[in-house]
Amino acid sequence: MTKEEKLSANTVIADTLDKATKVDPNLLVVTCDSRGSAGLVNFTNAHPDRTVEMGIAEQNAVTVAAGMAHAGKHPFVFSPAAFLAMRSIEQVKVDVAFNQTNVKLIGISGGNSYTWLGTTYHSLNDVAITRAIPNLEVYQPCDQYQTRALFNYLLTSPRPAYVRIGKRKLDNVYHEDFKFEPGKAKIIRKGKDVCLISVGEMLYFTLQAAEKLAKNGIDAEVVDLASIKPLDAEMLDKLAQEFNQIVTVEEHDLINGIGSAVAVEVAKFGHAKLTILGFPDEPAIQGTQDEVFHYYGLDSAGIEKAVEDLLTH
Amino acid sequence: MDSLSLKKKAIQLRKRTWQLIYRHHNGHTGSDLSCTDILVALYYGVLNQTPDTFEDKNSDTYIQSKGHAVEIWYEILADKGYIDQEDLDRRYSTFNSPYIGHPTTDVKGMEFHTGSLGHGLGLGVGVALAAKMDHLKKRTFVLMGDGEQAEGSVWEAAMAASNYSLDNLTAIIDHNDLQITGTTDSVMRSNPLSNKYEAFGWDAIEVNGNNIDALVDVLNKPNNTGKPRVIIANTVKGKGITVAENRADWHHKIPTKEEYQEGLQELDTQLEGLNND
Repeated sequence: MTKEEKLSANTVIADTLDKATKVDPNLLVVTCDSRGSAGLVNFTNAHPDRTVEMGIAEQNAVTVAAGMAHAGKHPFVFSPAAFLAMRSIEQVKVDVAFNQTNVKLIGISGGNSYTWLGTTYHSLNDVAITRAIPNLEVYQPCDQYQTRALFNYLLTSPRPAYVRIGKRKLDNVYHEDFKFEPGKAKIIRKGKDVCLISVGEMLYFTLQAAEKLAKNGIDAEVVDLASIKPLDAEMLDKLAQEFNQIVTVEEHDLINGIGSAVAVEVAKFGHAKLTILGFPDEPAIQGTQDEVFHYYGLDSAGIEKAVEDLLTH
Repeated sequence: MDSLSLKKKAIQLRKRTWQLIYRHHNGHTGSDLSCTDILVALYYGVLNQTPDTFEDKNSDTYIQSKGHAVEIWYEILADKGYIDQEDLDRRYSTFNSPYIGHPTTDVKGMEFHTGSLGHGLGLGVGVALAAKMDHLKKRTFVLMGDGEQAEGSVWEAAMAASNYSLDNLTAIIDHNDLQITGTTDSVMRSNPLSNKYEAFGWDAIEVNGNNIDALVDVLNKPNNTGKPRVIIANTVKGKGITVAENRADWHHKIPTKEEYQEGLQELDTQLEGLNND
């Protein structure tokens, strides 16, 4: 955990893409009346020729991006995750994934980011649906360094991908020198008593929980699963044999998120017990993001308590 | 290709399609026959592409949004040398074949997987928009069905095409007034189509969609309107084979042995008629 300035994923992405315009003449951003919430106002003002506004029409934005990608462009489509990964999902499946068009789908303000805007704006099912689509990579970065490294990878990859990001400023988990490897999980804290696997904003809370647990004599390993697909099955298989207890933590419905992805690997060995922490299968309660995380036991205190209960009962 | 040759080509291709569907017991017979003349006009009189050049940046792009009418497209691609005729005849709709019931990019000449309706026009908008950005000569043609006009995504794409003044984009609607359940007017009324597209900022032209000469003319007509263009091609579903003509139930009906033989005879008679002209 580092102490540098906290940045939102939006800020880092806009800066990374801005720099990329100098080297990639085909880079485009596609917006759905969403440039403000995507943090792209400066980018679109500076690069009108790199901006394709599709209006409030997320399905068409995805399809048009696929058409442009087929013609050699490198579009990054920005829309709230709630719409991009649900309203447009058939366009994602057919036009992007089946056609293997070089479209990068950026689900902004994902998870519970939109808080008081309510359930229609929450995106707690996007990982479940996107990771079930063949040919589509799925990523959920945790901090500014990982986000930048991920986007530098996406800028050079020809494959379609969905990225879920949140809205607020992110605590730093990594450092400037972070290298992103698709398909690789990363152990960020070594431990021997329990293995905690997390992604996105939850990863920092999980790390905090691990530090607190250490003070109570519980030595937790923490693993970053930002590359949700391709999945690092090799490492998960190793962890499933090494640990008796595995706990996953995610800002997502309990159904078919990273917990389910890990469960498939754990089940191969019938050894480790798996506990999945996430949002229950119901419309999320109303509140600030911190209030909601606390309510569902997804803040560091909640994670700490869940792990402690697991190991002491 | 002259007018007579185009007409003969259309009959020969109807015959091959009829044979392919009968032999393999799969296909969208009525839909194929409906748009045969449109595809013949495109491939033999309009599209600037060959098997060697279709992927070039400046080559015209054809997107078949009504993907289910794929058998006639296979036959044309085989006739034009994009794919092997014998391979198509043998493997169509068989295990692990690339020649399935909807277009896929596994088949040379097909640039997109389509089939789910309402996607092709948006793909065409993307290709045409990219061509504008790169100042290419490429023209983009998208074939849709009239039943397909009920898909909301068609109108999202129609709005975007007009917003970006895509005069390099031509949509063609195979307007046979029938879909699988019955008439489009009884299922979901999309008529009148010209007015709708004009209201969305398009240049709309109606044409007899079973008249190849008229189709070639209108599809090659330079577009100086600054607007995307839609061709409402008025067609007869099942065109060319009496038993299948104007019948919704022939959308994907397979001919019986008797119907098959009668259909072949009918097409042969049409060919002889042209040969005697």
